[in-house]
Amino acid sequence: MADQASGGQVPVVASLRDVRRLYRMGNNEVRALDGISVDFQRGEYWAIMGASGSGKSTLLNILGCIDRPTSGSYEVQGRKVSELDDDELSEVRGNHVGFVFQSFNLIPQLNLLENIMVPLFYQDHPPEDAEDRAVMLAKRMGLEDRLDHRPLQLSGGQQQRVAIARSLINDPAFILADEATGNLDSKTTEEILELFDELHREGKTILMVTHEPAVGDRAGQVMWLKDGKIDSIETNGKTP
Amino acid sequence: MIKGAIGRTVRLGIKSLMLHKLRSMLTTLGVLFGVSSVIAMLAIGEGGSVEAQEQIRRLGSQNVILRAIKPPEDLASNRSTRVVQYGLTESDLRRIETFPWAGRIVPVRQLQQEIRVGDRVLNPRVMGTTPDYIEVTGRIIAQGRFLSAQDEASAQNVCVIGYEIARYLFPFEDPINQDIKIGAEYYRVVGTLIPRVPLSNDPPKPGEDVTGEVLIPLNNANKWFGNMQVKIRSGSREMEEVELHEIIVEVEEPNIEEPKNVPRMAAACRDMLRRFHTQVDYEVVVPLELLLRAQETKRIFNIVLGSIAGISLLVGGIGIMNVMLATVLERTREIGIRRALGAKRRHIVVQFLVETVVLSVGGGVLGILLGLAIPFFVERFAKMQTVVTPGAPVLAFGISVAIGIIFGLYPAWRAANMDPVEALRYE
Repeated sequence: MADQASGGQVPVVASLRDVRRLYRMGNNEVRALDGISVDFQRGEYWAIMGASGSGKSTLLNILGCIDRPTSGSYEVQGRKVSELDDDELSEVRGNHVGFVFQSFNLIPQLNLLENIMVPLFYQDHPPEDAEDRAVMLAKRMGLEDRLDHRPLQLSGGQQQRVAIARSLINDPAFILADEATGNLDSKTTEEILELFDELHREGKTILMVTHEPAVGDRAGQVMWLKDGKIDSIETNGKTP
Repeated sequence: MIKGAIGRTVRLGIKSLMLHKLRSMLTTLGVLFGVSSVIAMLAIGEGGSVEAQEQIRRLGSQNVILRAIKPPEDLASNRSTRVVQYGLTESDLRRIETFPWAGRIVPVRQLQQEIRVGDRVLNPRVMGTTPDYIEVTGRIIAQGRFLSAQDEASAQNVCVIGYEIARYLFPFEDPINQDIKIGAEYYRVVGTLIPRVPLSNDPPKPGEDVTGEVLIPLNNANKWFGNMQVKIRSGSREMEEVELHEIIVEVEEPNIEEPKNVPRMAAACRDMLRRFHTQVDYEVVVPLELLLRAQETKRIFNIVLGSIAGISLLVGGIGIMNVMLATVLERTREIGIRRALGAKRRHIVVQFLVETVVLSVGGGVLGILLGLAIPFFVERFAKMQTVVTPGAPVLAFGISVAIGIIFGLYPAWRAANMDPVEALRYE
């Protein structure tokens, strides 16, 4: 896997060291994450699994830089995220994270093409070829004849494809998928999972939060969370 | 790039607003009515005061007018016949002539006489005056000429009549060189005057009041009618002796724009009259003072109107804020998505602020159109003069932008400060 790192760069795209996240509920302290340490390498396909309440969502929020750990350190592409302010966090999200959500989360008033381009709008120097890139990704997702459709005019599978295209437009360090197939029927689920496999084969790093074992089976690494701690990490040994 | 970003944000704002067309339309109504009422009120207020000021200016802002007024009647001494003596005198006139700022001075005597042509009878104001009258008062000749110095010197029986009287007495003929009977004397009409206020197009019907005046040389007035005027009222006869009813003093002003001598002249006249008259049988009218007072009134009027319109704008603004707060709540999820995809707080602020400004400016622009239409229809149907100053629409536009920003800031701030985690979870 190390051979995929270009230019001798450290292949670690995201790294957590003793990350804790505490919530205060009245007088009780809830330890949503309780000392997580893990490195995600370039090109890996991780499934993050666990029962509800195990800390999956909290980990997802921290990985996605929309939440900050209470203690411990988190680095994305060598940048210490745990010390950044709100604006800088936004920047990291916009440049290095590709979100795919369970409920697709497309913006209803924008058409397909505009939805794919949203992450670029918020970059300080959006690329000149933003639209070409978006069109290319749409083509890749097989949606080139629906560029001006609104999200509600698309099927669930199509919407999720748009969301995946959107997560790729900023060429992120990793794709962070949250139950990406949770709202899809089994046939479409299969299609979307195929798509992730394909992306994985192309060398993309994928972190998929899920509770479906079938999804977990496709990943190279499966992290099981329990009570805010890493219960186990299994390597499927399946080579991409 | 910046331009592109703003253009895109505005387009996005419009798209977002179009998701709820009815709601957006209703929201703009508040600003629409606010802005249109600002413009309409200013136009109507301005029109009203222009009209008032024009009337006062027609009296002559360079003039000081002294008028005789009948003092309150002493009922106890009022038996069946008596002579009431009051008013301005020839001596007043001569004294005023000595004042340093005095220009032309025009004395006016008013006669209680009916005028007659054939069987048409009128009871207008018949006034004896001097040839300077026309220029000092700024009246305009419609036909013929005004009284001349020669008429005055030779006490000719000539008269100048108001246009409305001419129209009543001589509906089908040229009034010039016609004779009319004033009291017991015949006078030849040498000219007609344009009325002070524009007349309606329909000629007066019989029995209707005919306004206007008849002017004759002052010497004739004195010669034929004397100072004594007899009024017959229910059983009692009343006689009045008045030398002069009005003295119009034109004040010499080196700088018309900045009149200094008019107030001095007014003060001097008031002082003189107070000293020489035993009773208050006069009044001093200073059109300039009226003008200044009218302007002051107009200023207050505008402030009041402006405040009322301002309140309606405030209400419109609150309406917008209300809707935007609801919108922000409703689009919590979208805010979460955008934040997750890299939007900074300021991007969210700008997005919602632009949306609010689009709403308020949309309302503002429609309001300006409506605001310009209202004065047009008021003028057309209510026959009120209106004046739309060019500043009003500009002001209104500025106000609507300001409203968008002021009332949009808080909802936008709320949107930007949502926790992305919470926002993404919002259903």
